[in-house]
Amino acid sequence: MHAHAEAADTVPNWPDDIFATLQRFDVRQVPYVPDAGHSKLIQRVLASSTMRGIPLTTEEEGVALLAGAWAGGQRGALLMQSSGVGNCINMLSLIPILRFPFLTLVTMRGEWGEFNPWQVPMGSTTQGVFELSGVQVLRASNAAEVPAVLEAAASQAYNALTPTAVLLSQRLIGAKVFTK
Amino acid sequence: MSKANLLDRRQVVSTLLANRKDVVAIGGLGASTNDMCAAGDHARNFYLWGGMGGAAMIGLGLALAQPKTPVLVITGDGEMLMGLGSLATIGLQKPANLSIAVLDNEAYGETGGQTSHTSAAADLVGVARACGIKDACAISTMAEVEAFAKAVHDVSAGPRFANVKIDSASLERILPTRDGTYILNRIRGDLGFQPI
Repeated sequence: MHAHAEAADTVPNWPDDIFATLQRFDVRQVPYVPDAGHSKLIQRVLASSTMRGIPLTTEEEGVALLAGAWAGGQRGALLMQSSGVGNCINMLSLIPILRFPFLTLVTMRGEWGEFNPWQVPMGSTTQGVFELSGVQVLRASNAAEVPAVLEAAASQAYNALTPTAVLLSQRLIGAKVFTK
Repeated sequence: MSKANLLDRRQVVSTLLANRKDVVAIGGLGASTNDMCAAGDHARNFYLWGGMGGAAMIGLGLALAQPKTPVLVITGDGEMLMGLGSLATIGLQKPANLSIAVLDNEAYGETGGQTSHTSAAADLVGVARACGIKDACAISTMAEVEAFAKAVHDVSAGPRFANVKIDSASLERILPTRDGTYILNRIRGDLGFQPI
C-alpha cells in the first residue's frame, strides 16, 4: 500500500506520462527489478507491443543488458528502486567506456516520511553514487513535473549520450505504509 | 596445472569461431576475450576488459535486439559465476538466437590460479538447466565443440548453454583492442547502424 501525497485513493497518472515518453523515444527494452512505485509503469510495459519488459534478478544485469541492446541497435531504460543503485556500481563503468545511451528511472526510498530505517542509508547516497559514477541526476518531486523531467532526461540520454538517472521522489510515489 | 583429457582453450575458441559467418561473439573479462582475439580479430567481436559478470547479459540485450543474428557469449567459469542470476533472466526470456559457452578451467586464471567454485561443488550445466535453459550440456571432446559451433547458427532453437572443461595452462596473452567505443561502434557499423 502506498499513501499518495496528493490524491490518496486514485491511481496516479504520472506512470502513463513516463510510458508515453519512453514510447515516443522508441525505447524497446525495459529491464527492471520490481518496485511498488513502478508497478503501473511495469504493467504498461508488459502490455506493450513495442517494448519488452525484462525482469532481472539484480539491477546490474540491466546495465549490461542496455549495452548489448545498443550494440544491436535498440534503446532501453532501466527501472529500479534506490536500493538497487548500489548493486549497479561496478557495471556502471561500462557506460563511459562503451558510450551507449543510458537512462534509468529510480523510485526513491529512504526519504520523505520513510518508516523503514534500513532503506535510509542507500536512499541517502543514491544521488551521490550516481554522480560519482558519471551519471547525471534529475529529480521529479510531484506529478505535474514528471512529463517535463522525463522529456529532458530522455532527450539528453538518447540524443546527447548523457547518462541520466531520474529520481522519482518518495514524495511523488508516496511513503510506503506498513500495516498489520 | 594441466590435466590429461582436458581441452585446449585456444583450440576450443578457434573451433567455435572457425565458420562464424554472421555470429556476434562476446568475450567475457579474462582469458576468454584474449582467446577470441587469438582466433582472429573480427568486426563482430565484443571484447570485454571489465564489467565482470555482465557478458551473458550483454549477449541477451544483443540477442533480443537482433533476433535473426546468432549471438555467442564465450566466457570463463569465474565470470559466469559472478553473473549466475543472468542465467535465470535468460531462462525466462528464452532468446532463440543466444548461445553461451563457458570455458571452465575451475580457476581464476588471471589472478593467480585460485580455484573457483566449479572445481569442487558448483555445476554450471545444472544451474543453467534449472534456470530454464533446456539445451545445456557439458562438453569434453572437440567433436562436441564442433557440434555446438554448428548449433550456434540455428537461431530458432536456443537458448543453449555449454560448459567446456579446459586445461588450466597459462598461455601467451594475445591482447585485443581495449577501446570500448571502437569495439561497440564497430559492431554497430557491421550490423548496419549509423553513428548518432
